[in-house]
Amino acid sequence: MSLRSMTGPYFGSFGGRFVPESLIAALDELDEAYTAAKDDRSFAEELAELHRTYTGRPSILTEAKRFAEHAGGARILLKREDLNHTGSHKINNVLGQALLAKRLGKTRIIAETGAGQHGVASATAAALFGLECVVYMGEVDTERQALNVARMKLLGAEVVPVTTGSRTLKDAINEALRDWVANVEHTHYLLGTVAGPHPFPAMVRDFHSVIGAEAREQVLALTGRLPDVIAACVGGGSNAMGIFHPFLDDEGVRLVGLEAAGDGIDTLFHAATISKGRPGVLHGARSLMLQDEDGQTLESHSISAGLDYPGVGPEHAWLDEIGRAEYRGVTDAEAMDALRLLSRTEGIIPAIETAHALHGALVLGRELGPDAIILVNLSGRGDKDMETAARYFGLLDAQAAERAAEQDAHPTAAEDAQS
Amino acid sequence: MTMSPVETAIRTRVDAGSGALIGYLPVGFPDLDTSIDAAVALVENGVDIVELGLPYSDPVMDGLVIQRATQTALKNGFTLKQGFKAVERIRDRVNAPLLVMTYWNPVIQYGVERFAADLENAGGAGLITPDLIPDEAGEWMSASDAHELDRVFLAAPSSSPARMRQAVESSRGFVYAVSTMGITGARADVDAAARSVIARLREAGATSACVGVGISTPEQVADVLTYADGAIVGSRLVSGLAEGGVPAVAAIAAELATGKD
Repeated sequence: MSLRSMTGPYFGSFGGRFVPESLIAALDELDEAYTAAKDDRSFAEELAELHRTYTGRPSILTEAKRFAEHAGGARILLKREDLNHTGSHKINNVLGQALLAKRLGKTRIIAETGAGQHGVASATAAALFGLECVVYMGEVDTERQALNVARMKLLGAEVVPVTTGSRTLKDAINEALRDWVANVEHTHYLLGTVAGPHPFPAMVRDFHSVIGAEAREQVLALTGRLPDVIAACVGGGSNAMGIFHPFLDDEGVRLVGLEAAGDGIDTLFHAATISKGRPGVLHGARSLMLQDEDGQTLESHSISAGLDYPGVGPEHAWLDEIGRAEYRGVTDAEAMDALRLLSRTEGIIPAIETAHALHGALVLGRELGPDAIILVNLSGRGDKDMETAARYFGLLDAQAAERAAEQDAHPTAAEDAQS
Repeated sequence: MTMSPVETAIRTRVDAGSGALIGYLPVGFPDLDTSIDAAVALVENGVDIVELGLPYSDPVMDGLVIQRATQTALKNGFTLKQGFKAVERIRDRVNAPLLVMTYWNPVIQYGVERFAADLENAGGAGLITPDLIPDEAGEWMSASDAHELDRVFLAAPSSSPARMRQAVESSRGFVYAVSTMGITGARADVDAAARSVIARLREAGATSACVGVGISTPEQVADVLTYADGAIVGSRLVSGLAEGGVPAVAAIAAELATGKD
């Protein structure tokens, strides 16, 4: 059986639809529209044309030779999703879903965002298509990703800081679901990752599989063979599913997802859902999740807002269960070192999320040796993380450091100043 | 199968020319003992069926009032074991049937069969499951049959005729008709949609159907009971408990119960 043939609702025992009945009609409508669009050449052509003239696809493949010297000499190839319009892979899925929303006659899109990348991409698509856009973002994340909040506002979106629960991505999704229940008639929920109720996991994966499809051709053209291993960071898991999926049936290609291990995978402060989670239901699907004995969701921790999520897409849980993909943890410190290393060896500043995959590639390279070819999904650029990185590495001058310290002491005031 | 205690309670009220008043409160808010006293006060002041909520970290069907209350309960250290204990203590003091309202993940983690067994032992009548649709409920269907528990599924204004039928056929006790496209919380008008959901549930064969979401006044209760078998009130009771403690809950319940006259 082809592993690529899974279309949901279930991936093994994972997936499904665990949502209030009020949303089922909208999910059915979306499922039907998506199924029809998949068979409709004009839809594929319209999306491909947008990607060519707006996203900037195909994204290029960059060989990272100086970086590779630190990876046991293995060849490291970077799939440059950071060069897409809006600065990450997120735009692939957003444009696909925005086209569907238009087909469904919806006039308003809502989105959740953690790091802000999906929110920015959604606000961008809303501007392009003339849709109203509301982005839910945990209050904690609006503070650590202030630049992206400003970008979304400039693009005309309303950004709603979510103040309930842990005030991060998980709660932003709850709030978006509540909005959707109330406004489903004219609103499309533009979910940003391969999680959530069916058809989102399969649909979002399909929209991102352009990453893997292009990379497969590019690696073959450059090296004459398939890569030995693919490394991608995993929060909800969209960029990883996008690059993994076209390779699922290539048995010789190892697939490695890098999760955020925060302070360490054996501490209480991490977001390593697959490594440390148990099966459960969160945000509409059965998957793995971080939870206590009673099934209460635990708060995740990561320096990277985009990976700071206690759940993961159901297809990843399945790939882990059947052993097709493997998942490892990367700590905050390891990711930040990899971020600096890529910046200094290649002149490419990656997003902190992406830096987790880069650390994974360094370790894999040392394990596999100089004959190995490692494909890394460079899922996003690091501009949005400059403040975090500058503080982490002590790059701020004294005055700026003082301002930053003041903002830490008065986060609300800081937010006001930025809005 | 004979009628369940919940269905019997509803039928008795309907036969008397009115309908049932169902009151929601979460366990552990503002603290465990007070939440138990408050649930008892509901029954002593005219509530026919208790809907006892188990606090959950990600309550997507709930508005701010219930979110805040359940978050407080979690902060105070609520556990599922306390939940079962609360059911037992309430049932020791009052005879009204008690349904537990819970999101699905806590039930999975506790074990569906074990949950059903412990709920039955505690004297609970069944479960209201806001994020479990019949399509995903295989394990719960068998466990609830084995332990003779009610299972209350939701029907929404957006539900297709086929899904209405499925909700009716899968539910026992009553079908929960969601009055409006939205989450819990008091609303000035209970949607005209509620009337239509009930009518469509009747067409699908429902003999026991209650309306919830947005109901907060005796007038709304009276209005709903002209076409439905029961009216469910939640946020109004929770905000009353937050503001005025058990006496306030008792007064609000008594006032809401005048809507049954």
